[in-house]
Amino acid sequence: MVYIDDTIAAIATAPGEAGIGIVRISGEKAINIIDEIFQSKQGKKLSQYPVRRMTYGYIFNPDKKEKIDEVLVHYTKAPYTYTKEDIVEINCHGGFIPVKKILELVLKKGARAADPGEFTKRAFLNGRIDLAQAEAVMDLISAKTDKGFDVALDQLEGFLSKKVSATRKKLLDMLAHIEVSIDFSEEDIDEVTLEYLLHKSEEVEKEIENLLKTAEAGKILREGLNTVIVGKPNVGKSSLLNALLREARAIVTEVPGTTRDVIEEHLNIRGIPIKIIDTAGIRETEDIVEKIGVEKSKEFFNKADLVIFMLDISTPLTREDLQILELTKDKKTLILINKTDLPQKADLDKVKEIAVNKKMIKISLVEEKGLEAVEDALEDLVYTGEVKAKDRLLVTNVRHKNSLERALASIQDGVSAIKKKMPLDFVEVDVKNTWEALGEITGDTVAEDIIDHIFKNFCIGK
Amino acid sequence: MDIGYNAGNYDIVVVGAGHAGCEAALAASRMGYKTLMLTLTLDAIAILPCNPSIGGTGKGHLVREIDALGGEMGKNIDKAFIQSKMLNTAKGPAVHSLRAQADKIKYHIEMKKTLENQNNLLIKQGEVIDLITREDKVQGIVTRTGAVYYSKAVILATGVYLKGRVYLGEVNYESGPNGLFPANYLSEKLKELGCNMRRFKTGTPARIHKDTIDFSKMSIHAGDEEVIPFSFLNDELKIDQQPCWLTRTTAETQKVIKENINRSAMYRGDMESVGPRYCPSIEDKIVRFHEKPSHQLFIEPEGLDTKEMYLQGMSTSLPEEVQEAMIKTVIGLENAKIMRPAYAIEYDCIDPTQLKPSLETKHINNLFCAGQFNGSSGYEEAAAQGLMAAINAVRKLQEKEPFVLDRSEAYIGVLIDDLVTKGTNEPYRMMTSRAEYRLVLRQDNADLRLTTKGYEIGLVTEERYNKYLNKKQQIEKEMERLKKTTVSPEKANPILEEIDSTPIKTGIALYDLLKRPEVSYKEILAIDENKPKDLSKDAEKQCEIVIKYEGYIDKQLKQIDQFKKLEKKKLSEEINYSDIEGLRLEARQKLNSIKPLSVGQASRISGVSPADISVLLIYLEQKRRKKGGQ
Repeated sequence: MVYIDDTIAAIATAPGEAGIGIVRISGEKAINIIDEIFQSKQGKKLSQYPVRRMTYGYIFNPDKKEKIDEVLVHYTKAPYTYTKEDIVEINCHGGFIPVKKILELVLKKGARAADPGEFTKRAFLNGRIDLAQAEAVMDLISAKTDKGFDVALDQLEGFLSKKVSATRKKLLDMLAHIEVSIDFSEEDIDEVTLEYLLHKSEEVEKEIENLLKTAEAGKILREGLNTVIVGKPNVGKSSLLNALLREARAIVTEVPGTTRDVIEEHLNIRGIPIKIIDTAGIRETEDIVEKIGVEKSKEFFNKADLVIFMLDISTPLTREDLQILELTKDKKTLILINKTDLPQKADLDKVKEIAVNKKMIKISLVEEKGLEAVEDALEDLVYTGEVKAKDRLLVTNVRHKNSLERALASIQDGVSAIKKKMPLDFVEVDVKNTWEALGEITGDTVAEDIIDHIFKNFCIGK
Repeated sequence: MDIGYNAGNYDIVVVGAGHAGCEAALAASRMGYKTLMLTLTLDAIAILPCNPSIGGTGKGHLVREIDALGGEMGKNIDKAFIQSKMLNTAKGPAVHSLRAQADKIKYHIEMKKTLENQNNLLIKQGEVIDLITREDKVQGIVTRTGAVYYSKAVILATGVYLKGRVYLGEVNYESGPNGLFPANYLSEKLKELGCNMRRFKTGTPARIHKDTIDFSKMSIHAGDEEVIPFSFLNDELKIDQQPCWLTRTTAETQKVIKENINRSAMYRGDMESVGPRYCPSIEDKIVRFHEKPSHQLFIEPEGLDTKEMYLQGMSTSLPEEVQEAMIKTVIGLENAKIMRPAYAIEYDCIDPTQLKPSLETKHINNLFCAGQFNGSSGYEEAAAQGLMAAINAVRKLQEKEPFVLDRSEAYIGVLIDDLVTKGTNEPYRMMTSRAEYRLVLRQDNADLRLTTKGYEIGLVTEERYNKYLNKKQQIEKEMERLKKTTVSPEKANPILEEIDSTPIKTGIALYDLLKRPEVSYKEILAIDENKPKDLSKDAEKQCEIVIKYEGYIDKQLKQIDQFKKLEKKKLSEEINYSDIEGLRLEARQKLNSIKPLSVGQASRISGVSPADISVLLIYLEQKRRKKGGQ
């Protein structure tokens, strides 16, 4: 589908560590969108302020009720703008995360990710810029065509495209089944059942969800995996960090509580940027050990993408061990059992009982055993065993994520329509929308496919 | 004139009297233009040389649309049907499709009668062998008997007659359908005039004698109890309906076919033409779906005054001898006698991408084309094009803008847009899955979508228009009433409990109650004392559909909004796409050949990418400014 006149958004500043990032929205819905996600210091919406005034406030996610960033926003009304449409600009903190989060939110609220050069294209189409400039835009668009092909090729070999194509194949099967049941209802073809459609739709839903999860993997590849190492004192947390860093930056002693401050280290394991927070220093005095240990761990847990929980195999399990373990239940967790060079005194079966389905690795940092297994496990966790996509194009990814989210919403509509026993032709709308949204990723939404598929797979005729 | 004698002047000449030709001739004459319709034989007017039915999925929609615009097909089948069935009633309202079995002879006679009684119209027997053109404009036609008819426009609706050739196994010979004469001269002339001709094929099964069929071995298929007429003008139709029967092929059928497959005209390689995938011959089905042990066949009556029975599902190009053996392997046909053997037929038609969306050829002015000649298949597809071709021929003479329906307005729009924008590699058949805005393009609302347009064109009578206005008003009033009327829990809950619907806690509008899938007018009748007595069934159905499926219909309406934006960006036929920088080579070629009327149409041409569309939009803006001088 070619869109015109809808509301578009993009990051207007170069990606990177600039001081300020700008997200620009252009189109009819710009002001409605910003009103949904912005609140000024005085608690007002942007539309309540005069145009062209920089207004201070913050962007929040109304669905999760969380603040995203402090911002300065302003809007200008059509036709006195670059695109001659309503424009809202959000000035937020630089760095990639705030701008990207804000852009994602704006897209979720109804804007479409702008194509390269689209603001300029609109400026021209709406009569804002002159012919010479327009020619530059033409170049840009033709260039995009070529680059588009490169990207398509890249993606074609890439993981995402393969997965998306497989899911689309499933949707195509569903569509062909639905259509043949509708258009050739008198032929002796097994009519498609709602059970079949429900089953397939739920499969598709799962697959899209998984793809969205891998979009998270993409985020980790860019921004680093927030990892926290927890465990009772002297279990070997700093040694692990050092081993991973292969240099002694943290102080390692035999006395519990030596590491006074939280240590944050950036390292790179097999290409995955990892940010490790070492909580070795959580113990202040013997008396309040357990309380602070657990409390602090909780706080770190909330920030972490991954928890590395360390146990000492040479000492019996303590209540503290078990409490921390309990906390890791809902977290991606890697359990490392250290000091295998010493005799076993810990009851590992008990650990397994609590930590169901969690990966456990036995290591000995003293003997430098098991480190490779740890790196394997880290890699597995990030790639969920599958993702290996090189993350090259940030914008493309935001757009892909946007398409995936729309596909997910459509198939969820479909599932609910099937459950409500809506007629086939309505279910078809959702299935087709899913198919088309995914097609935006592979760059292919030809309706003729469905008809070809019908004739290839069903015996019909007079 | 050395080519013949001057036989008179007409505004419009229609070549062919099939379903496209009949609609074209009637529309043109009804719009007040002096029309001549020529046909190889007057006995073949509106014949149904293949299946004895009108309508079906997608096709039924077309007939309703033809009717809403003031066409004839719906009215004619309402006079000649012997069984009526609404298909797909277990599915949503958008894909409910009407189909009627026709009495073929009656259908022909009724249509002929209508044509004979039409003012401004002469129907005449004669084979058209040439077109007269001057300066890329058609001026008239020449018949084989030497008559020259001058006209301002010509509509070609030649069906499967052009260089028709019939195949039965090793035997093949020049022939039109159903043993009629072919038209062997015109297509060469069309080629000389620059038409890009191609060869398609289709086929029909055998007809067998009713008395030789053992119906006791088959299952009976009766029509619907309540007949819904095709024409919006008819409220109620009551007839004695005829049944159809269902039977199956056997392992023996498979054996006979496999043993003789090399004698099939198609498999012998005698035919180079392309047949439709949706109606493969029985040998094709057995070869391609060999794992299927048996195929179903419908036995359908051809009319009330004949014992010929149509064998739906068994079209073939096998030799007559093999057909005899094959038919006897079918359950219940052990002693069947063939009255007309099955055959495949090949014919010349035009590549429809040479046509404008108005169905006028791009290279010869005032020459319009319709029906199977345009690469479609089916009576209904043909009729729809015939109607549109005539409307546009008349509008051309009136110097008015062409009347083009877009894909969000009608199946007719989908049909013609597909043909002229994408072309077709096989005889094109309508299916509901081709319509992307299917939920909106329902057969039940064809009148609401199109009657006003038909009225403005001048084809819809006052009677029809008033009927439509009345229905529309009823619907609007009723919707208003349903929104305003609320019912209390005390009143509604006993009824809701009865049908297992969640009880309500506070008062609720009837409108919201009807949104529930399990609730219909029938259920709420007891608590809806103020329901207007005169509310027609049709209006009631409309309200219910629109309320119940509002969410989904809204989704499509939004998509339609987006679609319309690009349709509104018009492209001139004068544009030379080779001059537009930034377009890819393939896009330039395709655009130059199709000459789309809008950016939307351009975006549907295969080989034109979204980036090309952006370039086009920029080009349009550049041009606008140069013109406007900014």
